[in-house]
Amino acid sequence: MKKWEVEGVIEINDIDLPNEEQLKKGVAIIECVQEIPCNPCVDACPLNAITMENINALPKIDYEKCIGCGKCIEACPGLAIFVVKVNEKALIMLPYEFLPLPKEGQKVKALNRQGKEICDAIVKKVKKGKTPIITIEVPPQYAMEARNIKVCFIHNP
Amino acid sequence: MRIKEHPIIDFKRGKEIYFYYNGKKLKAYEGETIAAALYANGIKILSHSLKLKRPRGFFCGIGKCSSCLMKVNGIPNIRTCITLVEENMIVEENDMELTEKNYPKCEFKKIETDIAVVGGGPAGLNAAIEAAKYARVLLIDENNRLGGQLIKQTHKFFGGKEQRAGKRGIEIAKELEEKIKERNVKILLNTSIIGYYDRGYHFLVGANNIKRIVYEIKANKVIFATGAQENMLIFDGNDLPGVYGAGGVQTLMNVYGVKPGNIGIIIGAGNVGLILAYQLLQAGVKVACIVEAMPKIGGYFVHAAKIRRCGVPIYTSHSIKKAYGNKCVEGAIIAKLDEKWNFIKGSEKNIECDFICLAVGLSPSTRLVAQTGADISFINEAGGWVALHNEYMETTKRGIYVAGDLANIEEASTAMLEGKIAGLHAIIDFVDNKSSIMKKIEEYMKELEIFREGYFGIRPKKAKEKIIRRYYEKMGSRGGY
Repeated sequence: MKKWEVEGVIEINDIDLPNEEQLKKGVAIIECVQEIPCNPCVDACPLNAITMENINALPKIDYEKCIGCGKCIEACPGLAIFVVKVNEKALIMLPYEFLPLPKEGQKVKALNRQGKEICDAIVKKVKKGKTPIITIEVPPQYAMEARNIKVCFIHNP
Repeated sequence: MRIKEHPIIDFKRGKEIYFYYNGKKLKAYEGETIAAALYANGIKILSHSLKLKRPRGFFCGIGKCSSCLMKVNGIPNIRTCITLVEENMIVEENDMELTEKNYPKCEFKKIETDIAVVGGGPAGLNAAIEAAKYARVLLIDENNRLGGQLIKQTHKFFGGKEQRAGKRGIEIAKELEEKIKERNVKILLNTSIIGYYDRGYHFLVGANNIKRIVYEIKANKVIFATGAQENMLIFDGNDLPGVYGAGGVQTLMNVYGVKPGNIGIIIGAGNVGLILAYQLLQAGVKVACIVEAMPKIGGYFVHAAKIRRCGVPIYTSHSIKKAYGNKCVEGAIIAKLDEKWNFIKGSEKNIECDFICLAVGLSPSTRLVAQTGADISFINEAGGWVALHNEYMETTKRGIYVAGDLANIEEASTAMLEGKIAGLHAIIDFVDNKSSIMKKIEEYMKELEIFREGYFGIRPKKAKEKIIRRYYEKMGSRGGY
């Protein structure tokens, strides 16, 4: 039994990771580790960077082709895709289907895959749509940890 | 209790109206059910048990159980969870008197149709849409709107383009509703089919309890798409108001915009339980934890990951021991299970919560199709008793079809495909160009096959193999037809 089957949380080795260069330009991290009949990410990618052998297979991403546009984030029914770009700071694009939506420039808490607060984050961009996509900035060491946000209005009235 | 703002759903409430509950004047909105209106007014106790007078709340929320029966405008045993509230309606607790009374007389109406479809969920809607291209179709549903359980599914659906992947259930329901309006389908809402008779043709009896109308329906073929019902779980205090079926909570919250409480726990980490947890969080309701008896999470990992990163714990190898509270749920005791599914002493945890959702599986609603004489068989993989059927969804009773959860607990996506297959096969006798219809059916069958190829397809595939094998065994022993 894998840990994610019991806990619903992946470990970093469960997914294929991009190299440093690829992370610098920003790429999609697909946290989809279980075979389910689903393929909208394949159709959503304008560069055909995501492929699947069949509808039940796991998606494979070509980090060389991926430009980190984030189109797949909104398309993924499982909300399992994030775009991560790491330079002096890390930028993370994540799907966020809760209210209230944060405002650009707002300070929020970054949460890890267990929902624990790990660091402060600055909201860089809020893209409204079917599933709003929030871009946050966190210290680079949290690039592969921060996967959700907690919007608190106490500090940001 | 009413949800004011929601990230996905725009609640369009109807006109403000007033109704009476046990003599008290209460506010409601047009378009909501009696049970939802009562709940929004803080009334959770809808009835009392016959013998011990224990309080009862709603459970399934979709008209399948008897938890919410009340007396409405003097008529007893009205399912308040599917009956719309009306101005000046008089709602009272059932007095359980079954004396002969002069209830308002019923009006009788006769309807003749080629195809009758019972159930307007994903399977029934698709069956009706396909069949209506070639034949007269009557679609009957006991709810006040079409869409079945799609109308409360705010998550995006999986699958491929053909299965409308990426769309939310609520959007799919709208699309199907629009499509059915384009076709010339006769629709009867608020009408329950209460009986089937073989008169050389298929004869159905429908009833609109509140409007006092009885429909006598003569049909050439009948497609049953009556869905499924929530399973109960045995534990101390499981009848307390506040112990709800997961689907019932979804209906209350996502269809009528009423919160089930402030903090809940969910029993069962299958897809229903996981999705419900996420939906509760979206509605601004806290989820204390999800409890799962199996050693691993049963639903999709991606659903689990979504709620884990919101901080909701999932306790696998755990179950609920007890629900407690004075008249309504005030908390629960959960505990760890050993390999033999016994509670481990000393592992109990007290969880404060004001509601408990059961997401421990569904059972196909076969009671109606069983009346036709179609062979019913217990198939564990299918979720219990199901009607045997062939690959075209026809049961062992000629001209009687099944589709969707009724024919094996599965997905809305597969229910839609089964509905299409049943709808097309049911009209094949009425058309000249049979080969082009068969070609289409085969395309849908292929889609189903591909959908069921993965890990999550193993169980439904096995269920279908058994259902079809037993169908042919039955038909073979009878020399076919």
